[in-house]
Amino acid sequence: MIRLALKMLFGDTGKYLMLVAGLFFATFLMAQQVAVFCGLIRWTTATLKNVPAPIWVVEGRVEQVNETNPMLDTDVTRVRSVDCVAWAQPVYVGMQRVRLPNGNFKVIQLIGIDSTTFAGAPVKLREGKIESIRQPHSVIIDDLGIKRLAVERGKPVKVGDAFEINDQEARVVGIADAMTSFTGGPYVWTTYNRALQYAPSQRKMLSAVLAAPKPGISPEDAAADIQRTTGLKAFVNRDFSLDEGADKTEFNTSTIWWYVRNTGIPISFGITVIVGFIVGTAISSQTFYTFVMEHMKHLGALKAMGASNFKLCQMLICQALTVGLIGYGLGIGATAMFGRGALANEEPPFYMPEIVPFAVLGVILCICMLSALIGIWRVSRLEPAMVFRG
Amino acid sequence: MKTDSAPKLKTPDPQHQLAVHVQGVDKSFGDGNARLKVLKDITLDVRAGEITMLVGPSGCGKTTLISIMAGTLGVDAGQVTVFGENLTTMRKSAITRFRAQNIGFIFQQFHLIPTLTCVENASVPLLIQGVSTSKAEKKAREMLELVGLGDRAKHRPTQLSGGQQQRVAIARALVHEPRLVICDEPTAALDAKNGTIVMDLFEKIARIPGRAVVVVTHDNRIFSHADRIAQMDDGRIVEVHDVDRDAPPVISH
Ligand SMILES: Nc1ncnc2c1ncn2[C@@H]1O[C@H](COP(=O)(O)OP(=O)(O)O)[C@@H](O)[C@H]1O
Ligand SMILES: [Mg+2]
Repeated sequence: MIRLALKMLFGDTGKYLMLVAGLFFATFLMAQQVAVFCGLIRWTTATLKNVPAPIWVVEGRVEQVNETNPMLDTDVTRVRSVDCVAWAQPVYVGMQRVRLPNGNFKVIQLIGIDSTTFAGAPVKLREGKIESIRQPHSVIIDDLGIKRLAVERGKPVKVGDAFEINDQEARVVGIADAMTSFTGGPYVWTTYNRALQYAPSQRKMLSAVLAAPKPGISPEDAAADIQRTTGLKAFVNRDFSLDEGADKTEFNTSTIWWYVRNTGIPISFGITVIVGFIVGTAISSQTFYTFVMEHMKHLGALKAMGASNFKLCQMLICQALTVGLIGYGLGIGATAMFGRGALANEEPPFYMPEIVPFAVLGVILCICMLSALIGIWRVSRLEPAMVFRG
Repeated sequence: MKTDSAPKLKTPDPQHQLAVHVQGVDKSFGDGNARLKVLKDITLDVRAGEITMLVGPSGCGKTTLISIMAGTLGVDAGQVTVFGENLTTMRKSAITRFRAQNIGFIFQQFHLIPTLTCVENASVPLLIQGVSTSKAEKKAREMLELVGLGDRAKHRPTQLSGGQQQRVAIARALVHEPRLVICDEPTAALDAKNGTIVMDLFEKIARIPGRAVVVVTHDNRIFSHADRIAQMDDGRIVEVHDVDRDAPPVISH
C-alpha cells in the first residue's frame, strides 16, 4: 500500500513538484537566514577573536566590545597590581579613516597593542613578523584589508604598500588571517603608542586593558578579583554561551545579547524565518489538501474495498513525509552550497550551529504532519458509500 | 408482495445457502423537512450460487440497498446479515475488515486510480489484505488474463477504452476471490458484446460454491443472465421472481 501511495504521489507530477518546491523554499529560507543571522551576530565579536586575551577589562558601564568607554592610562597599572593577574597591557580599539594613494577613503578598525609583549597580536600571520610593527609607520592588516584597501580591484595590497591614517603614513609590514568585523572595516594592528598618534588626540584614549590570570587561577576568578579590587568591569573572553550569568561575565555573550536586545537584526531575520515557515506551510498544506481532495474518490474506493482509516493515514503520512524529506534534503543542500560560497568569499556572514539543520528538519516534519493531518481529517470523515455515486 | 420466502422453481441445495439476508431495513437521508425515506421495510434474500439482479426506476433506492448489503452504509432499522455475520451489530472497523476479505466491488464510475497501471489497480484488494506486492500482482495478472486484458497489464487506465476499464475494475473486484460481488450498473458503459462477456464472467463466479453476485441494472439485455430478479419501486421491493433460465425472461411492470 505504501508503494501505491508513493506511485500515486509521483504520478501527480505537478503537485509533487509543487510540494517539494514549497518545502525546499521553506527549508532554504529558514536554514540560510538563521545561518546568516548567526554569522552576522558572530561578527559582532570579531574583535575578541582578533585581539585575543583571556580577560578584557573595560570601563564599568561597558556591555559590548564594539562600544567601549575610554579609561585612564593609570588603569593598566591598577589592573596589573591585582593579585591574581599575571600580566596586563593596554589596548586601543577605534574606527579610523584611511586615505588610499588614489585619494579614496576607507574605514578601518585600528588596534594598538603593547610593543614589548604584543598582547592582543593577531593569532595567525600570513605574511611578515609581528616584531616588524616596532619599525616606524608600520602596520599589519588583515586578509580583508588586502582587498578593501586595494587601489584597484584585483590588485590586492602587498607587504611594502603604504596608505595614510589621518594624514600619517602607514606602511604594511605583515598580513594576518582574521575574522571579518561587524562594521566591515578591515583590522589594522600597530603599536599602542603609534595608535594614539594615528587617532585624534583626546584626554583619555585607553580602550581596554588586556589581562591574563596567574597559573592555576581561572580567568573567571581573576576577572572577579579585578572587578572587586579596581571597580572596573572585567570580562572573560571564552565563547558565546547560553549558561546562566554568562551575559554578565563573558564578553562574547554580553556583546551578542547587546545586539539582540538593542538592534533590529533578530527581528528582521526572525521575520524572514517566519515568512519561510508560513509560506512553506501554506504552499505544502494547501497543495497536499488539493492532492487529497482530487484523490478523494479513489481514497473512498479504497475505503469501500476495506482499507482501514489507519492504512489510509499511513499512506497520507508516508506521502507527506516523502515530499518533506526530499524538499528538506534539497533545501539543506542549497543552504550548504550557499554557505560554501559565503565562507570562501568571507561574505555574506554565514555560521551554522549544529542544532540548526535538526531544528529546521523538525519544523519541516511538523509542516508535513500538519498537511497530512488535514488530509487525514478529511479521509476519516469520508463515507465509503459515496463511491457508489457520481 | 413478497415472494422470496421460499424458492418456488428451484429446490434448495447446499449451494443455495443464504449469502445475504436483509430483514425489515429502513433507511432515510437528510434531516427535518428535508428528510427522505429511501428504503422502506426492505426484506430480501440473496442466495449463494446465484446472480441476483436489482432492477427498478432511477432513484428507487437500488444503490442505497447494495451499499447497505456491502456494509458501507448503516441502517436506521432492521438487520443485514452477510454470510452469517450480522453487519448491524458489528463495529465499523470489523465491518471494514469483513469487506476487505469478503466483498468485491464494481462501481458505476470504475474508480480506477489513474496513476497506477492496470495490474497495480487490479492488485489493490490483495494489498489491502496485506498480501505482498509480487504475489498480489501475479494474481492480478491472472485476473487480467481472465477478463481478456493480459496484454494491457502495464497500461494505465486512461490508455484504455471504457469497456476495457470496466474489465480492469472487474479483475480488481474478483482478484481476492470474494464471496460476494456487488456491482452497480456494470454493463451501462458496455456494448452488447462486451456486456455479454462480462455477464458470462459473473455467471462463472456465481457458480463457484459459496459465491454470490448482486447486480444493479437497467439493462434488459442482461436480464437473461439472472437467477433471480428483485423489482424495486420507491424504496420497496415490489416483486421477486426466480428466472427460469431455459425460458425467455418475463418481467412485469
Ligand atoms: N447520501 C445521500 N443523501 C441524501 N439523499 C440521498 C443520498 N443517497 C441517496 N439519496 C437519495 O436516495 C434516493 C435513492 O437513491 P439511490 O439509492 O441512488 O437510487 P437508485 O440507485 O435506485 O437510482 C434518491 O432520491 C437519492 O437522491
Ligand atoms: Mg444507482
